[in-house]
Amino acid sequence: MTAVMGANLNMTRTPDCHFAAEARHNGTKMVVFAPDFNQVAKYADQWIALHAGQDGAFWMAVNHVILNETHHEKPSAFFLDYVKKYTDSPFLVRLEKDGDSYKAGQFLRAGVLKKYSGEQHKEWKLLIMDASGEAKTPGGTMGHRWQEKPGQWNLKLEDPTAGSVIDPVLSFLEKHDAVADVRFADFAREREVTRGVPARILETEEGPITVATVYDLLFAEFGVGRGLPGDYPKNYDDEDAPFTPAWQEKFTGVGRNTVREFAREWAHTAEKTGGKCSIIIGAGVNHWYHNNLIYRAGIVALMLTGCVGKNGGGLNHYVGQEKLAPQASWAAITFARDWGVVPRLQNAPSWHYIHSDQWRYDAGHSTYGGGPWTGDMTEAHTIDINIRAVRSGWLPFFPQFKENSLNVATAAAKAGAKSDADVVSYVAKRIADRKLKFAVEDPDAPESWPRVWYIWRGNAIMASAKGHEFFLKHYLGTHHNAVAEEAAEGNTEIVEWHKKAPTGKMDLVVDVNFRMDTSALYSDIVLPAATWYEKSDLNSTDMHSFIHPLSAAVPPVWESRSDWETFKAIAKKTAELAKRHLPEPVKDIVLSPLSHDSPDELAQPTMADWTKGECEFIPGKTGPRIAVVERDYTRLYERFIALGPAVKKAGLGVHGVKYPIADFYDQMIETGPSVVASGVRCPSIESAEQASDAVLQLAPETNGELSYRAYQDVEKRTGVPLTDLAEGSRHVRTTYRTLQSQPRRLLNSPIWSGLMDGDRAYSAYTYNVERLVPWRTLTGRQAFYLDHPGYIQFGEHLPTYKPSPLPKAYGDLNTSDPQQKGKWLNYLTPHGKWHIHSTYGDTLRMMALNRGCEPFWMNPQDAEELGIVDNDWVEVYNDNGVVCTRANVSHRIPKGICIIYHSPERTLNVPKSPLRGNRRAGGHNSLTRARLKPLLMVGGYAQFTYHFNYWGPTGVNRDTQILVRKLEKPSF
Amino acid sequence: MNIRSQVSMVFHLDKCIGCHTCSIACKNVWTDRKGAEYMWWNNVETKPGTGFPTAWEDQDQYGGGFVQSGEGLVQLRSNGRYRGMANIFHNPRLPQLDDYYEPWTYRYEDLFTAKAGDDQPIARAVSLVTGKPIEIEAGPNWDDDLSGSPIYAANDPNLEALTPAQRAQMFEMERLVFFYLPRICNHCSNPACVASCPSGALYKRGEDGVVVLNQDRCRGWRMCVSSCPYKKTYFNWSTGKSEKCVLCYPRLESGQAPACFHSCVGRIRYLGVVLYDADKIVEVAAKKDEELVQAQRDMILDPKDPEIIRLALEAGVPWSVIESAQKSPVYKFVKEWGLALPLHVEYRTLPMLFYVPPLLPILGNGDGNLYETTNDELFGTLDRNRLPVEYLARMFSGGNVGLIRYALKKMIAVRYHRRQITVGDVEGDKLTQILAEADLTAEEAEAIYRLTSLPNFEDRFVIPPMHREEAIMALTDPLEFKGAAGFGFITPPERQL
Repeated sequence: MTAVMGANLNMTRTPDCHFAAEARHNGTKMVVFAPDFNQVAKYADQWIALHAGQDGAFWMAVNHVILNETHHEKPSAFFLDYVKKYTDSPFLVRLEKDGDSYKAGQFLRAGVLKKYSGEQHKEWKLLIMDASGEAKTPGGTMGHRWQEKPGQWNLKLEDPTAGSVIDPVLSFLEKHDAVADVRFADFAREREVTRGVPARILETEEGPITVATVYDLLFAEFGVGRGLPGDYPKNYDDEDAPFTPAWQEKFTGVGRNTVREFAREWAHTAEKTGGKCSIIIGAGVNHWYHNNLIYRAGIVALMLTGCVGKNGGGLNHYVGQEKLAPQASWAAITFARDWGVVPRLQNAPSWHYIHSDQWRYDAGHSTYGGGPWTGDMTEAHTIDINIRAVRSGWLPFFPQFKENSLNVATAAAKAGAKSDADVVSYVAKRIADRKLKFAVEDPDAPESWPRVWYIWRGNAIMASAKGHEFFLKHYLGTHHNAVAEEAAEGNTEIVEWHKKAPTGKMDLVVDVNFRMDTSALYSDIVLPAATWYEKSDLNSTDMHSFIHPLSAAVPPVWESRSDWETFKAIAKKTAELAKRHLPEPVKDIVLSPLSHDSPDELAQPTMADWTKGECEFIPGKTGPRIAVVERDYTRLYERFIALGPAVKKAGLGVHGVKYPIADFYDQMIETGPSVVASGVRCPSIESAEQASDAVLQLAPETNGELSYRAYQDVEKRTGVPLTDLAEGSRHVRTTYRTLQSQPRRLLNSPIWSGLMDGDRAYSAYTYNVERLVPWRTLTGRQAFYLDHPGYIQFGEHLPTYKPSPLPKAYGDLNTSDPQQKGKWLNYLTPHGKWHIHSTYGDTLRMMALNRGCEPFWMNPQDAEELGIVDNDWVEVYNDNGVVCTRANVSHRIPKGICIIYHSPERTLNVPKSPLRGNRRAGGHNSLTRARLKPLLMVGGYAQFTYHFNYWGPTGVNRDTQILVRKLEKPSF
Repeated sequence: MNIRSQVSMVFHLDKCIGCHTCSIACKNVWTDRKGAEYMWWNNVETKPGTGFPTAWEDQDQYGGGFVQSGEGLVQLRSNGRYRGMANIFHNPRLPQLDDYYEPWTYRYEDLFTAKAGDDQPIARAVSLVTGKPIEIEAGPNWDDDLSGSPIYAANDPNLEALTPAQRAQMFEMERLVFFYLPRICNHCSNPACVASCPSGALYKRGEDGVVVLNQDRCRGWRMCVSSCPYKKTYFNWSTGKSEKCVLCYPRLESGQAPACFHSCVGRIRYLGVVLYDADKIVEVAAKKDEELVQAQRDMILDPKDPEIIRLALEAGVPWSVIESAQKSPVYKFVKEWGLALPLHVEYRTLPMLFYVPPLLPILGNGDGNLYETTNDELFGTLDRNRLPVEYLARMFSGGNVGLIRYALKKMIAVRYHRRQITVGDVEGDKLTQILAEADLTAEEAEAIYRLTSLPNFEDRFVIPPMHREEAIMALTDPLEFKGAAGFGFITPPERQL
């Protein structure tokens, strides 16, 4: 059974959409969730036409039915066995007394029991109730992952300390010491509900502690009463109590019978097939403010029915395909790690929210809606939380300081710092003394502005520029159509407020591009780029099991060059100029956040804030890491074309897996072209083919021996046999040439979680389920429960439902006059047909098939009310900007929403906007403004630890509201 | 009996993504030329919809195809060769530019050359006909995905097959639906374009049934344009001659699939040979609407029947073609399984391309406030289809609802058959009953599944190699040809002085 939500396979997965049709004929039932009858709905057996963005409410109710019928009334042995082994459901959670009742708190740590008091990292080891009645700590937790003693980080149900087997007790329903009145949040009504949860009282070193299992808390959260007292729903028809099938009706507009039947069919199929139910999910869900909760609601259904880590099951995430499969070797070259450099990597949503001054227009997340619970994060302004995140080492931010980082290092030397360690101490002290300020604390000060912007492989000023008009205003200082009023003043505490917002922060914008797209049009310099058919490159994603070569069918046309040649040329010129400007090696300071898949995951058991004196500033512990990097700009080019020796020494790795490569490195010098850089002979990566070869030769996904070594590494860490997964392909070596003769399938690799022996299809987490390698979470298991203090504060420690942000507070329509005969609609920008984001969409062919523009899709009744007929020009506007395009009036679109597919250029046939002073109207992102969900900023705590391109707040824009009116006569 | 062979295609509409890659491949290969900008030899339409050119299915307006003209006879609906001659300078049935669209482009170069100013430059849309700025009011895919459905989809001529109640419901959430219809020339065995051409420029190739238009003989009368009920011949305003899909015969002759087929991302297309009895054409074309499909199927011959093989060889059909016909996926879908049906067979041109109708979601059953979609059955049932079978019958079976039900039922049965294998939850006798009701054996169900879901390219593309020797023989002595191939001038150059 396949459920598709927020994804439109026909449009965004055109090449493999046929599998969806073909699976149907193989007996798969397909259900499509979408507010509009979208293209993939034609394949559905059932189209569930729910209100936009309300998928989470539907799945919450599905989970209610699944829990009630297949975990309680007629428990499925398969489901129970699965959740016991592979999820955190048996783990013990502290119930914290609060007044006369309880709230669910953090996991109970092993250290509270005397028998574990000698354990290393005992605060990161957790407890399960064994059938014997004794609480035991199983291996596989974050504590076991980073302890000195290897071999205990696995999913065996064993207590590695005692060497005994664990038979986990999922529920205390049968045998409990008390039924605790636990308070749960009902965010839809901003109230609490109190529900009885069976609890036991453990005698510990701290005295008696009341605990419940995650599994019992889940039942209570979902409102499955099992005969317990409290505010439980009476039955499925209880409309008032979360999360019954009747409860979800008011949010989704879908009736309770549909939920009930869907849930039953889902559970039935999963049980019958051993977990072959899957969800295909994509950007349609990803961009809602509460996207994490929508995802989680669906994932819970998969976990409850044993579907994760099964071929034919699981969550298939059709977003983020930019991640490469041979990541370790690619990252070494891309981020110059081969020369021992610490790269400056930034999460873009935070960067743009802050630098393009969109935070100034934001009254802060707490105004969008709240819950019954509050805390220091729930009440703070979004930018203040982002500042806290940078200061605490949760997120990166560049520029780093309000001073030039080269000068910071020079000052350290002047102050007597000799070694790098001295420099670090000097910098740490200045930070701790609040002398050295972070740029993020005062982003509008000129010394904090970003000045030079290279845009490469993206349409960063349009397609991905949420809040595009603010980019024009604050980055470029050019014309714009935003009329939003600032709203942050008075709502912030930490950020430095400047009365007047700066405009035109960027001095130079350089775009490497093969199209004259919006970004190119707004750049100072455009470097013409080769297209895919004019260069050598590799093509792979983390979602396909194949790796492909690109090859030049023709040379790059006119003056264009491949990306490799372009950056090489820039490196060469820079090195040349450096002889004049920075002739000597200099020291630089680089801050980086606490890092995922490293012991940093144990850095912050609490959210103690050093700036408030709650702890000391310790780099890499309570704040960011501080690194000293020596830069020799005169050698930039020679290092660019050489694969540096740092990787030979350190080996390669990613996602916590490491493997040695020294012999392959030497072999590359011996058998391939080499160059001398900084006095060392290195493999040459002067040409794009050579760089591609380096990636292929040094990655476990394409070099069988390295796959073997990577498994050896994990074998040691986990104590479970794994190298057999690489045995059969140990001899495989892939080169650029071999790929040119035929694209190859990736090899099994511990860097990824699917197993692909023989013809087996990739399915995420089969490795974890079948080989007992832990998930990289706090418990080592799939998480129903997130016990990070921030999550508890926000009431997201358990899966839940939160309504969309309140439109008024969200602030898209405060200035735009609603009296201008406009109609208020929710504005959606799903991925469109005939373009990938903005690429291809502006070609003549695609424009011919697409009405000559990217139209504004709306419902016929909405159109009629505004006197709009199909193909009329319309003006679509809000405080953020304006779009002028043609109306596409279609029954396919339900009332109350509208769609402009992602993402048109503002360069093609766009008229001027009478509403905004007859200026040229913009593109789809003219109507959006970035908001960040602060909960996604936390760091330094187990899986909530920063990893570039994996963790951080997402750029959300689905909750945008717009007005639309007819544009009588367009002028160009 | 007059046995002919035809390279024929099946479009599996249940699989079509609606990506239009076929259209682009065709456009880039064939009609990226002056005068051909508006032509889309291959296009993909959304149904319900009015398609391209707008409302092409409305023969009251366009007068394409044939009509019965007495017992066992047909005649062109309008513009018979002689009637056409009489009205050769006045053809009111011709679609106008607005029925297609005025092709346009953008002044992309303005983005590079615009002078500094106080607002952002753009690339204006300009007409490819006049070169002047254009207000775009129509396009080759104007009603894609129910674009402008109150104007277009709601006026789909096929909706006439529905009851007023069904019709009113078509655009409510509970019934709303669409599917895609890729269209190329149908390479009919009774082509109206050929019948109507005053110059004899159109003909059907003997070896593969491809209908082609001889550019040397075409005089631009455009009778083919109006008489083709599918509007798949086009007039090139630059050359003054008509043009049409040639089924990429130069590609076929070198063993390659047609561009539209080759690029098909959804893998919905099947190409194969069928043998048919050309003596039956008139008789078949004159049948009643609802009998046409069966009559056309009967016209298609069993390539494994020894008698047919003997007669085919006698008629000059090469052995390789017969062998190919025996492995033809088209024969299986059309004749053996009865799953594929011709498009608008009631136009009586005996189209030789076939369509497997789509399965679509079941109805919603809300009470107006809440939307529900529930079903007692695992998969859709015909009575609860969003798209009424009458609509499909109007398109694919001359109104014969039974044939549509038969095909859909069979596909649903195949899904149950596979469900039992992959999940195993089809209770007891239910599967036997479903298969029996669908006129299907388990073996056949498996074969349908395999050709639908697992075909490799070579399972979908089964055409015979070209008999080049015969092509050469038609022009010259093969031995002489062999000696002459190579270096040198094929025709002596004309002296300039």
